[in-house]
Order: sequence, then C-alpha cells, then structure tokens
Amino acid sequence: MTLRQFHQASWNEPILLELSNPGERGIVPPQIEQDLAAQDGLGDLPAALRRSEAPRLPELSQPQLLRHYLRLSQETLGNDVNIHLGLGTCTMKYSPKVNEEFVRSPKVADLHPLQDEETVQGMLEVFFRLEQMLREISGMDRFTFQPAGGSQGVYANARMMRAYHAARGEDHRDEIVTTIFSHPCDGAGPATVGYKVVTVYAGDKGYPEPDAIRKAVSERTAGLMITNPEDTGLFNPHIDEIVEIIHEAGGLCHYDQANANGILGITRARDVGFDLCQFNLHKTFSSPHCSMGMPVGACGVTSELERFLPVPTVEFDGTRYRLDYERPQSVGKIRAFHGVPATVVRSFAWVMSLGAEGLREVAEAAVLNNNYLASRLAGVRGLAVSFADTNPAHRLEQIRYSLAQLQEETGVGTLDVARRTSDFGVASYFPSHEPWIVPEPMTLEPSDSYSRADLDQYSEIIAEISREAYEEPQTVLDSPQRSTVHRMDQAPHDDPERWALTWRAYLRKQGGSAASEATALEAQTSGP
Amino acid sequence: MTDAPSAHPYIPNSAPEIKRAMLDAVGVPAADELYGSIPARLRFPGLLDLPEPLRSEYELRRHVTGVLDRNESAAERLSFLGGGCWPHYVPAVCDEIVNRGEFLTAYYGDTYGDHGKLQALFEYASMIGELVECDAVSQPTYDWGAAAATSICMAARITGRRVALVPASIGAQRRSLIEGYCRPWVEIVTIPFDSGTGVLALERIRDALSPQTACVYLEVPGFLGVIETQAEEIATLSREAGALQIVGVDPISLGVLEAPPRYGADIVCGELQPLGIHMHYGGGLAGFVASPDTERFVSEYPTFLIGLGPTVMDGEYAFGEVVWERTSYVQRGDSKEYAGTTQNLWAIAAGAYLGLVGPQGLAELGRTITSRAHYAARRLDGLPGVRAPALSAPFFKEFVVDFNESGASVAEINLALRQRGIFGGLDLSAEYPELGQSALFCVTEVHTKADIHRLADELADVF
Repeated sequence: MTLRQFHQASWNEPILLELSNPGERGIVPPQIEQDLAAQDGLGDLPAALRRSEAPRLPELSQPQLLRHYLRLSQETLGNDVNIHLGLGTCTMKYSPKVNEEFVRSPKVADLHPLQDEETVQGMLEVFFRLEQMLREISGMDRFTFQPAGGSQGVYANARMMRAYHAARGEDHRDEIVTTIFSHPCDGAGPATVGYKVVTVYAGDKGYPEPDAIRKAVSERTAGLMITNPEDTGLFNPHIDEIVEIIHEAGGLCHYDQANANGILGITRARDVGFDLCQFNLHKTFSSPHCSMGMPVGACGVTSELERFLPVPTVEFDGTRYRLDYERPQSVGKIRAFHGVPATVVRSFAWVMSLGAEGLREVAEAAVLNNNYLASRLAGVRGLAVSFADTNPAHRLEQIRYSLAQLQEETGVGTLDVARRTSDFGVASYFPSHEPWIVPEPMTLEPSDSYSRADLDQYSEIIAEISREAYEEPQTVLDSPQRSTVHRMDQAPHDDPERWALTWRAYLRKQGGSAASEATALEAQTSGP
Repeated sequence: MTDAPSAHPYIPNSAPEIKRAMLDAVGVPAADELYGSIPARLRFPGLLDLPEPLRSEYELRRHVTGVLDRNESAAERLSFLGGGCWPHYVPAVCDEIVNRGEFLTAYYGDTYGDHGKLQALFEYASMIGELVECDAVSQPTYDWGAAAATSICMAARITGRRVALVPASIGAQRRSLIEGYCRPWVEIVTIPFDSGTGVLALERIRDALSPQTACVYLEVPGFLGVIETQAEEIATLSREAGALQIVGVDPISLGVLEAPPRYGADIVCGELQPLGIHMHYGGGLAGFVASPDTERFVSEYPTFLIGLGPTVMDGEYAFGEVVWERTSYVQRGDSKEYAGTTQNLWAIAAGAYLGLVGPQGLAELGRTITSRAHYAARRLDGLPGVRAPALSAPFFKEFVVDFNESGASVAEINLALRQRGIFGGLDLSAEYPELGQSALFCVTEVHTKADIHRLADELADVF
C-alpha cells in the first residue's frame, strides 16, 4: 500500500472580527411595525442599564460569513472525513445521516420543553422505548436521559449515591473509590459532589486487583466509580469480586460505560452486580460528537435507587405517556428540562436499525477491529502494547500502546508522532488521560465503523512515522508540514500575560487599539 | 431473516468473507474467542430481548417519522412559551454551518486536525466577549443554570467565602440546579422579590450581605421577564461588602441592554440558545461564563478554555488549551468541579449568529422584541379579567399575565387555547403561588402583530 498524498485545507483564514467591513450586514431581522416603535418600554429603563456603546461585533455580508465558516469546516477533520480511530476512549463511529433528518425536523427541532404532554407524545414514546432497550442492554431497572454528557452522568450518579446514603442516615460515608485507568470524571464527578476520592492503581496485569480495592475501602466508603475495560482495553475479570468488596463495606457501585462498544450483548452491568451505570449515547450509541456537543449520559439504576432519579421521569400507562415530577426523594434537576432529546432520538433510531444481533455484531466488530489493528502494528519498531509482558489477554475495544522505546532510541516522543499523523490525513491520536502511567502513550480505538482497508492504512501511517523516527527524526519533530497550521508554541497558553481567550484580549496583549479601554474597564470592575 | 443481507451498512467488517480473513489474521477461529478475558459467569447468555431491527433505511425512516409525527411542534402552532428556552428565528446560515459533517462529527481533535473547529469556538468566545465586554470567556457549559452554579462556585473560591445571595425569581428549575450543585461548597440564601414590581427588595440584600458573602447573583432579565432596575445599586452594595457581583443575561437583549461590567458585574453568565439555536425540546441550551482576564479569575474556571497563540510560522494563528492543568482531566479526584463534553456545536451556531446580526441587527432585534412584547402586554391588558404586565418593572421579552380576575385557572385557559392552536404562557400558579393564577408569556421577533391580535382574540373568546 502506498501512503496517501495529502494536504489539509489551509486557508490562513482571519479571525471573523478581522473580516468586518463596516456597513455590511449578514441578515435583516424582523422590523418593528411603525405604530409600535414608540412604545418599546426601553424608555423606562435607568440609564445605567441601556446599552451605551454598540458591541464591536463584526459587520459582514452573508456570503462572506458563510464562506468563512465553510473554510473553517474544511479545516476540521471530523469523523465523516477522516479515519478517526486515533481518538481512543472517544468511540468515534459512523453517525447515520437518516438520524440527522429526524432531529432536524420541526417535530424535534422546534419543540418547546414546556409544551403540554399531549403535544409531545411522540417524543415521550421515544424516551420510553429507548429506556426499555437500555434496561435490557444493561440489566438495570430505570434510566434517566437528563444528564447532558458522560461527565454529567457520572456526576448525577454520584449525587444519587449521596442521596441514597443520606436517606439511610449514613452521611459519614464521604469517600469514593476510583481507579487510575478509569476516566478522570470518575474522580472529578464525585469530587464536585464533595466526596474525598481514593484512587487505586493498577497491578502488574494492568488492572486493579481485588486486594488493592480491599485496602482502599473503609466504613467511610460511599461507593466505587470504575470503567471496565479501562483505558487499557483490558477487561478486569475480578470485577464482580471488586463490586462485592464495595458492597460488603456498605458502598454502591457505579459502572462508567461511556464506552460500552465492545461489550454490547456480551456482559451487563447489573449482572456483574453494579447498582448504577451510564452510557454515553454520543459514543457507543452512534450520536454524532458535535464538536464536543449534544451529548447524553444515560444513567441506569436499580429499582432500589429509582426514587433518587432526577425529575421528571417518563411514565406510560399503556395508552399515554406522561412526565412524573412528583418524586420527593429525587436529586432534582441535573440539567435543564429533559437533557438533549435529539440525541435520544438518534440513539433510538440506531438501536432500531440493529436489533440484538446487530448490537452484538457492533461489539464483535469493535473488538475484532482492535485486535486486527494490533496485529498489524505488532511489527512496528519502537511500539509496544502496555502490559503485554504480564498480561497477554486479548484487549477488547481499545489499546493503550507505548512508544517509550521509540522515544528512548530516537528522541521522538508520542506527541511528535501524534502531530506527524496529521500530515497523512488522519487527526492526531489521543495519547492518554493524565497521568501518563504508561510512558509515551498512544490510545487507539478502531470502532465498528472502520473497514479493514482503513485499519491497514492507519497501521501503515504509524509504521511510516516509526521509520522516519529512526531514519530522519527531524521530519517528525518539525511536523506537521501538511496540516492546516504548523507546530504550535504551547507556552503562551500557560502564561497570564500572553494567553488570549478572546480577540479583544489578544489585541490588548499585543498592544492593539483596544488596550487602554479594556484595561480601564477591568480595573474598574475586577472586584475586591 | 435467512434472505436478509448479511452485512450491515454501518459495519464494514460485518461482511462474512472480510470478517473471516481478519479473524485469520488475528489467529482466532471466531470473534467470541476474543472475549476470553471475560469469565463465563459474567457473560450474558444468548441474545438480548430487543425489537426486531428495521434493516432498510426506508423502513426505519417510516417508523421513526411515524412516532415523531405525533408531536405538535411550537412552529406548527402559535406558541408563547418561554421560561428558559425561547422561540427565536434561526437563520438558515446557522443551520447550514452546524449541519456541516465536519463540525457535526468532530470531537476532541487537536490544534492541527481540528484547527477550524477551534477557531470557530475561539470566535464564539470572542464575540460573547464583545457583547458582555469581558476579556475572558469560557467554552460552553451545559446551560444557563450550570453557568450560574459554576459562577457562584468560582466566586466562593476567589473570595474564600461561602454564602451566595440568589433571587427568589430565578424559577424553580434553575434554583434546583444551582442549589444541588453548590450545596457542598456554598450556602444559597434566597432574596425575595416584590410581587408588585418584580424587582428585588434592596433592604433585604443589604441585611443579608455579610463578611461571609461570596457573591450576589442577579438576572437581567430574570426568569419572570423583569429587568432588575436596581442592578447598579446592588452591585455597589456587593462591592462594599467585599462580595463579587454576578449577572446572568439573555445575550439577545444586549443590543439594547448594557454590558453588565459597566454597571458593576464581575462575572457574567447566561444562555446561548437564543443565538441561532433551535429549541430542540430544551436540547438547544448551552451556557457561558465570562470575567476579567486575570489569573485570579481564569485559574478558577473549570471549563475548557481555548486560546489563540503563535506557531513556528510568522503570522500564523493556532489554538490550544489554556492552563490545561486547571481542568478535571488533570486534577481527577482533586478537582474543584468536573469538566466534560458539553454543547460546543451550539457555541459555533451562536458565533455564526452574532456574526450575521452584527451590532446593527442586534440592536434592531432588541427593539423589535421589546416593542412586540410590550404591545402584546397592552393588548392583553385590555381583556376582561386579565392584567398585564402583572409585574410593573420594565421587561424584555417575557411578562407575567394575571388571570386571577377572570375566574378561570391558567390550566383551563391553556387547554382552551391549545384547542385553538395556541400554546399559552407558562403556568406559574404552582411555582409562584403568591402570583395566583398567572402565566409567563414570551413574545419575540417571531411573533407578528397579527399573531398578537390572534392571541388576544382567542383569549377574549375563551372567557
């Protein structure tokens, strides 16, 4: 196979505010009827609340604005465009276009969240039916789709854990156990709820051993929040024993199933003993990742915890769907209204297109793809599978590789290699969550959506960069050369004098025209 | 199913001959062998009990469309519902941009592969920065409530204090969000509002302020539509007490309403949904937080922060994460607040929207909205048994309508309106019993004078 000759779009596109041509406009909003203009109510406002100076928004015509954004879209390697398997832990997969048609319809896009239940029976039916499906897939008894993201789902489950212990008069339970290869939000979610977090490290085989969990629990243990497989792709075969240890200590167990792609229909959270779980519908269940948007953390709980679910739940009496707000022990609202319903619709349609056999095919394809890619990468110089020496088990849906040897032998590290992949038409891969336990990490997750040819191509790219590292390392170190932009200087982003979160801040820090005014305003308003 | 096609169109390697060849390459006889690490006792036996799949796209479309067709959308009716999610016009260009496959299917790509996405997100923050006159702007939060809760927690950390004053007039839902989120860190003290005017009781704020007060949170406009006319005085009181002033805003009002730092705000937060984003049954929400660009403030943001900086090529911009070490991705169990995937696609829409409307369009929108809303209040006020606006303070696009004298409940009125193709205002009677049978009506640029006449005529007919 020959590597693709590639160059990413590189428009050198100015910031939108630089494109302003005073006097141009992009759209005309509805104008006031002549006879209404005099009575807009603004005259009653104190002067301090009336806009004194127009915001310095750009002024440009519609075609110029559209062209700007379409150039930016061309400078973005979404999953529709590239072989995005480098984003390990993110479960990049195909998001069917027909599902987009459903959610762009006014029947979804133009629903108001407070409409009468009678006018949203279709939407409530989708909520109810997807809940039934996820109950079957997880073994849990009830679900909420309100959390708008995987992290928010973990947070919601930590809130329910706290409510559960409070209801039992066990407020002294103030510790959550998590593991170092679980997602960072499995520590951060409970920390936000006020828990002290105890983090258990992996044993020799790459996963936490039951004895390590045993040492971490006490009468203060409120629960466990764990991913399995963890970021390594290794399934922990002692997971039921670990769950039992937590239960014996009086804690609850949350299964972070953000990425359940390799185990759909293979093993279920409830059957292992978990009390709570969460699926990321924008990952495993195919909803598009939306530039990191429109996510749903679908949280499942046992019947014992059902009373703590956020309000409202969706109920069905056999003929009519309704929203139930009368749940006195509920943790309340986690996200406004009903979360991100469009994503619930997409995932409903996705499961309907697959059925039980199809979901199993998804899982098997994900695991087969992962192991096939590993077999293709096995000969790449300087690259190893983490924990391969101590644990030869097949990884499931992803693998954390290590380029430590490559780094030692060539000076080219994983961040250099990741950058260099951009020159071959694939987005930089995800090295690892922090901290880097596995040195010079690279985490690949070739989900069910990638073809054998895609996997072959990706492995060829990594092999080629390895060759370069040994034979012409400067090529990798100086990369990217064929991406939208060249190597970025990270230092300004950590320096208060130089970082720029907005264009106005950039201009001020560059000594531009907005400087004196912005600084004066800030001095006036920066508080005690 | 024997004659059904064997490869699934979403799963390339479900084609039997390809799968066989890949299994051979891996060296296992069947995919099941790859699950050797899962003990038999943890395996699910057999197949899940799920509905039969709809394998053809046509069948799927027909089925799902059939279910969704049972919905009556606000666009198909005449709707006056607001209360945290509002009907505004979404320009076609905004839809075109967010529906681009590159943005739709991007995720966590980096400085290089996702340069365009990061630039669009930086531009969103830059334009919000112009609206609220703040140099530091967060990447999106989940919604306004999350932005307010985070702003309050930030203020507590910045000041080292643990009490926040929050109006009673922010709505039950946002209150639940804020109280639930802040509980471990900040005590929320509720400030009542005057049920005649809708503005806060200044003396109650004065009484409640103490050396423990981290911040005072205000909304301009608030959940009940009212513009807090004493915002500048309240900010002065906050400053005198050593507390920070937080102001929550509806950004579409900022063509006519002042940038909050000019009347004393330290932190500004709010909701992006009005800016070119469909309501999506509430899924269109996304929040933001903005503040001065000092280390003291910026280091307390839990959100993603995208910064513009240089590359090795002169004159080239690139975008990176600002102070990544702050985030819960690094801090894990030691985090102050968690971060995660939120609502970035909507931030791209909001940026495009602000670029389209520009300063002139935003000012025109503000005046159109307030003119129409005030006209609607005047029209309804003339109906027997109806008083509008029930709260006398200035309002932006929402106002309380008092039906107490009509003898009918809001529920009865709304049912009758619904039978006439109108979604009436949000029933406030359970949430704000002090207002009796009252409803919150929302009127924006999408409501024409004729729409308002239709509402008034149908209401008159209901009684």
